[in-house]
Amino acid sequence: MLHNSQKDFLKRHIGPSDEDQNKMLKELNYKSLDDLIKSTVPEKIQLKDELNIGESNSEYEALRKLKAISKKNQIYSNFIGMGYYGTYTPYVILRNILENPGWYTSYTPYQPEVAQGRLEMLLNFQQMIVDFTGMDIANASLLDEGTAAAEAMGLSHRLNKKDSNLVFVSENCHPQTIDVIQTRAEPMGLKVLVGNEDEVLDQLKEDLVCGILQYPGTLGDIKDPSEAISKIHKKNGKAILACDLLALAKLKTPRELGADIAVGSSQRFGIPMGYGGPHAAFFATKDEYKRSMPGRIVGVSVDRHGNKAYRLSLQTREQHIRRDKATSNICTAQALLAIVSAAYAIYHGPDGIKTIAERVSQLAKNFADKLKQSGYEIYSDHFFDTVTIVTKDKTDQIYKNALDQKVNIRRVNSEMLAVSFDEKKNVYRVNQLLKIFNAAESIKKEDPTVSLPNLPKNLLRTSKYLEHPVFNSYHSETEMLRYLKKLEDKDIALNRTMIALGSCTMKLNATAEMIPISWRELAEPHPFVPIEQMEGYRDLFTDLKNWLRSITGFSGVSLQPNAGAQGEYAGLMVIRKYHLDRGEENRNICLIPSSAHGTNPASAQMVGMKVVVVDCDKEGNVDFEDLKKKAEMHSENLGALMVTYPSTHGVFEEKITDICELIHKHGGQVYMDGANLNALVGIARPGNFGPDVCHINLHKTFCIPHGGGGPGMGPIACKRHLQVYLPNHPVVKDCGPATGIGAVSAAPWGSSSILSISWMYIKMMGSEGLKLATQIAILNANYIAHRLKDHYPILYKGSNGNVAHECIIDIRSIKTETGITEEDIAKRLIDYGFHAPTMSWPVAGTMMIEPTESESLSELDRFCDTLISIKSEIDMIKSGKFDKVDNPIKNAPHTDIELASDEWSHKYSREQAAYPAKFLKANKFWPPVARVDNVYGDKNIFCTCPSMDEFKEDAA
Amino acid sequence: MSEVKFSKEHEWITLEGDVATIGITKHATEMLGDIVFAELPEKGSNVEKDGTAGVVESTKAASDVYTPVSGEVVDTNQAIVDDPSKINEDPEGSAWFFKLKMKDQSEMDSLMNKEEYDKFAKESAS
Repeated sequence: MLHNSQKDFLKRHIGPSDEDQNKMLKELNYKSLDDLIKSTVPEKIQLKDELNIGESNSEYEALRKLKAISKKNQIYSNFIGMGYYGTYTPYVILRNILENPGWYTSYTPYQPEVAQGRLEMLLNFQQMIVDFTGMDIANASLLDEGTAAAEAMGLSHRLNKKDSNLVFVSENCHPQTIDVIQTRAEPMGLKVLVGNEDEVLDQLKEDLVCGILQYPGTLGDIKDPSEAISKIHKKNGKAILACDLLALAKLKTPRELGADIAVGSSQRFGIPMGYGGPHAAFFATKDEYKRSMPGRIVGVSVDRHGNKAYRLSLQTREQHIRRDKATSNICTAQALLAIVSAAYAIYHGPDGIKTIAERVSQLAKNFADKLKQSGYEIYSDHFFDTVTIVTKDKTDQIYKNALDQKVNIRRVNSEMLAVSFDEKKNVYRVNQLLKIFNAAESIKKEDPTVSLPNLPKNLLRTSKYLEHPVFNSYHSETEMLRYLKKLEDKDIALNRTMIALGSCTMKLNATAEMIPISWRELAEPHPFVPIEQMEGYRDLFTDLKNWLRSITGFSGVSLQPNAGAQGEYAGLMVIRKYHLDRGEENRNICLIPSSAHGTNPASAQMVGMKVVVVDCDKEGNVDFEDLKKKAEMHSENLGALMVTYPSTHGVFEEKITDICELIHKHGGQVYMDGANLNALVGIARPGNFGPDVCHINLHKTFCIPHGGGGPGMGPIACKRHLQVYLPNHPVVKDCGPATGIGAVSAAPWGSSSILSISWMYIKMMGSEGLKLATQIAILNANYIAHRLKDHYPILYKGSNGNVAHECIIDIRSIKTETGITEEDIAKRLIDYGFHAPTMSWPVAGTMMIEPTESESLSELDRFCDTLISIKSEIDMIKSGKFDKVDNPIKNAPHTDIELASDEWSHKYSREQAAYPAKFLKANKFWPPVARVDNVYGDKNIFCTCPSMDEFKEDAA
Repeated sequence: MSEVKFSKEHEWITLEGDVATIGITKHATEMLGDIVFAELPEKGSNVEKDGTAGVVESTKAASDVYTPVSGEVVDTNQAIVDDPSKINEDPEGSAWFFKLKMKDQSEMDSLMNKEEYDKFAKESAS
């Protein structure tokens, strides 16, 4: 009995039952899964041995084992600061967003009609950031504060009209921010000068691209940055302020002080520290720079009935369209966490946030006062939450006292210690610290009156924030609960239907996998605690790295990149350093197939490489002759090839080993985009068939949920010769080799806490389960291709007529014959209750379908039946039975309000519109808006919360 | 006024004296869809043949605008920046992008005439 339950999870994760698998194999004319795989995957690359993961584990076993590992983490009371602070996640938000599949299993809101809930919350986030920073426009999150600052440098560089290439970074910035900026600047050809703004800016002889300041400084000091900002402007540079969101509740905004861009993290607004992440970073700037902003931006438009509707604005700036001219390579961001922090602001409201800020600052002030009374020298009279103390020769003793008390404080250097207070701290903690510092007195009780002379008078904030009704309407838990539910109900997530987005791998995010992230042993640690305290996390990282080694066949692994695009950037930086070290800095050509994901060329240009596009042949494979020609042409300067395998067209290209050999022959390295790893795990190893380095999308293949656009994780794995260049970190020195490229993320192991999700998945599946998952993923995709092939042309197949784990259906001739586009079909799918597959990528005018192994035969059939039904509707348009313009496809999706209206002017029935299939009568999802007008939205950019008056008009 | 000529990047150009007027073709606007934004080169700046001289954006694509000839930008059409839909309305007439003072008029020779461009556009669309 025990033996069977060990493999129970396999049945839960994998959709089709054994019986259904046999049915599907029979229809495809295969005797077994092995036969299907042998016939589909090129023989040359097929794995002959098993993965080295171990046995499968039941959910209970796996949780028990991870709990034991996590208990090795010692949770101390933490005062380290440096950008990460304790905070309470309100329980109503914890359960109803962070632990709620209705929110965490949704995709990026590219189909706005089925994403109005999370679009509204992201807009709330943008409004919150605009309020606190005083800027005109904010995006819907970036990966962390360090990369946000680097992106601000990127924007300044893009818009720079002068010849300058100098970037000033204040030594007052958090050390990880400085390192991320330095790492990013170098391949861009920018020089970084780190120093004291009061001394350096006056001495500068040349112009600046930008200057980056920290407000308050990393040691807690609050200096008026306006003078430094005007000096930066005098040198024609943009002024960037990395700022603290809670401090901005009491201090003047970056905008008021003259800054051009404000960046930071919203972690302390209700997001657990998670030993480094995931957290949402913010980026806010002036209206005139909006077209150059990185990341996604939510905007307000109208639907086809003129009703207010949210959508992603200005998408043409992003990598999936602009490619190597994109504003950034960012794709997956931190949407779920941005939503959590916006919910925190909604929950507390402006008064609540102000109270939290004042309490925190009061604790810091009381602490500093008592220390001063005891004769200590305080580094700065002006601070918000962080007190730095000049402890001279007492430093080590006090630091040790703290550790003995299970308290972590920041050891700034051999002469100074720093202590940061936060929402979770109270008088007890202050007194505990005072004892640690051997202070003479303690604080008797919490004084309700708040006086904060530690905040400089001339920088006290007078402008209001969070005035919009959304931040002032949901302060009872009941109201909050219902608001969150109302929004959740507007969205389609995996808890409703299959979301067969090609290349996204929207597989099951099992509940057991999601349980550990809420454990305090994993959620609470600060990323910079002494590593001896984090043995649990070390074990988790070791396990995961070893499993990824077995899966990829590579020996080096870095867990630092916190998104796939970040992994691409890190991997290319590793390749670049490899060439530099061998005296071959001329090797800066990057060959990229035209079918590559937009992040590929965007990442290549971030690394200073010149992109040369390689054609695809008419079978959709990399045109080997064109590749050969270009590799020869650029032989001396060939740096890398970026290849996706199986291809983005869903095909196991036969020539992959030849392709890699060709690149190596010409001195280049091969980077493999691991987005399609779901077709490789247990069946082939990139480390064996040619690539030198790859990234792995843990939020695809390894079950981290999509969260509406993040969080993600994009670790990289590489061959031995590249291992020495993997990312490292300035604060946690042993997370990577000293010879590495530097930090690519603010936290040493990226978003550490969500690694537990992938750990659970791999532990439960074991070697056998992981291989089975891949086989079923391939079976499911081929089954769909088989069912649809008589209705839609299947574009691109492998040499045996099979696809890999995804298939592309071609809508182009439908468009020519009837005027129905793939976008129309996507909207009609909503009437049937489905989210569209991947649209017009990698081939314009098509749809790419990836079911994953988690979908059952009944759901696959339901989806195919739907697409076949839509095809028959298209045929009716062709034959004239439906009007060419006034038909259910062109008018899709239909809302309940439309249906229930007394007026119905269409040439087809209401039933045809909203209930075109029988199954809908039992289970109907109503889109809250009709088709969203994209042109109106991009012509009329509006990216903050609409005023409540506008809603009143709609209701009328 | 010279006859209108066309580039492979779907720009059209006419010449009057030594001042050339440049815009994007109707075919280009059909490929882009509804245009929501246009960015023009700075007046007084110098542009090289086949270099970028602006950007057009629709909701689904963003394209660089290239200049088919070299010269100094002497005038830009603010009207299309204020209302980008004008580009879809009259791309080959009133919705010109910029004018430049040409350095080397022989650069016009390598461009296509209308017949050649129409053929080129039809072929590249398939």
